[in-house]
Amino acid sequence: MSPQPVDTLKGFGVTFKQIFKKPLTQQYPEFKRPVYPRFRGRHRLWRHENGLEKCVGCSLCAAACPADCIRVVAAENTPENRVSPGERYARIYEINLSRCIFCGYCELACPFDAITLGNEYELAEYDRDDQIYTKDMLLAEPIKRVPVADAELYDTPIPYYRAHS
Amino acid sequence: MSEPWWVSVIKALVIINLVLLTFAYTTLLERKLLARMQLRFGPNRAGPYGLLQPIADLVKLVRKESFFPTAAIDAPYILAPVVSAFTALAAFAVIPFGNGWNIWRYHVNGVVANVPISLILIFALGSIGIYGFIVGGWASESKYSLLGSMRTCAQLVSYEVSLALSVLGVVITAGSLSLVQIVHNQAHSLWYVVPQAVGFLVFLISGVAETSRAPFDLPEAEQELVAGYHTEYSGMRWGLFQMAEYVNMITLSGLAITLFLGGWHFPFAHGVDFLGPLWFFVKLLALLFAFIWLRATLPRLRYDQLMSFGWKILLPVATVNALVTALVVVWAN
Repeated sequence: MSPQPVDTLKGFGVTFKQIFKKPLTQQYPEFKRPVYPRFRGRHRLWRHENGLEKCVGCSLCAAACPADCIRVVAAENTPENRVSPGERYARIYEINLSRCIFCGYCELACPFDAITLGNEYELAEYDRDDQIYTKDMLLAEPIKRVPVADAELYDTPIPYYRAHS
Repeated sequence: MSEPWWVSVIKALVIINLVLLTFAYTTLLERKLLARMQLRFGPNRAGPYGLLQPIADLVKLVRKESFFPTAAIDAPYILAPVVSAFTALAAFAVIPFGNGWNIWRYHVNGVVANVPISLILIFALGSIGIYGFIVGGWASESKYSLLGSMRTCAQLVSYEVSLALSVLGVVITAGSLSLVQIVHNQAHSLWYVVPQAVGFLVFLISGVAETSRAPFDLPEAEQELVAGYHTEYSGMRWGLFQMAEYVNMITLSGLAITLFLGGWHFPFAHGVDFLGPLWFFVKLLALLFAFIWLRATLPRLRYDQLMSFGWKILLPVATVNALVTALVVVWAN
């Protein structure tokens, strides 16, 4: 500890030197920091390899959802209209992302790994109605806007329902 | 050496616009420099290097709703920011920025208004400007605004004393209250920073307090209070208060340059005196940088520290400085 006035002057030196250092700020829209591989972003619905939807419309995700943002209306599969391998399928599957808290309980509850949380986080819209994602939007291949960090960098195992869906 | 009245009008227009431009870009400079000192980028989205940021801010402020508390007392509430901004701008009229030029048939003075008691005028205008802060807080009819204006009032009044006393040394040495005369006296002698080093220091410190900037920004200690006296102001009325503060800072820097740093003179060379405004501006930038640097470095004082520092240290030092200067001047004569 040096006397008070000297310390104060040292402070001026520190702030002056900082001017010439490189700022630490990440310039967000141009630079996107890769998200953690298990980052919970927007949901996705998945299909089987043969094109059938994994979701069987059981509504367990809606039941598990603490924010009550999932709406599932199921319908029977018929031989002419077979959407999922099970007995029923989700005729309407909607997630209200303005209510979703991204807790991931839906993917835990799902017995068929039909729904998982993806990595997308740029979900701002100008209209509240646009925050409601329908089944088609959730099934569609998301536009790759978010870089994801290499899972190898982290020692946390990727759970089965993420790794194989 | 008289000039036609319309030259003065043109000059006043030019100076006001230049001061406002300097104000606008001081805000940008401040944000940029503060950011760099804190390892951030600062505004860099509006235009190249964020150069259009002040304009964007202006547009935003003008278009914003000027909220008006129902309880507020109309006339003083509306007039307060106007008074503050007006006095801040008017003070710049007497600060000399050049030697004067002969353009065609006319002589153009290097100052908008050459008043023989310009120093007193500046202090008078500054004191009227304080009314804007006090009345604005009072007329808002909000307890927080009132408390804020009490704080502002107490701080500005205490530090104004040391500010005026610190200037006394220069006035005694120069033997004049005219800023033009004071600058002329410094042309062929040492700038008054050297003989009046103590006065300069006191002037700067009380000047920082007078413009209520960090570390003396208690009137609007944004981390502790809402905003002080302008809590109930928004839109361009708030903008006028903000403008008053920044223009006060610029005027004070200009005054410091005029009184202590040789005004528009370039050190040791008089062949370049026609470039007076340029040297003035360079010095102004240096002082503004110092203001910002100070803000980035020092933490805010506590209120009792502020008061005891002002009354127990700054005021005696300023008084002794003025007394010693007076004695030395009398002795030398």
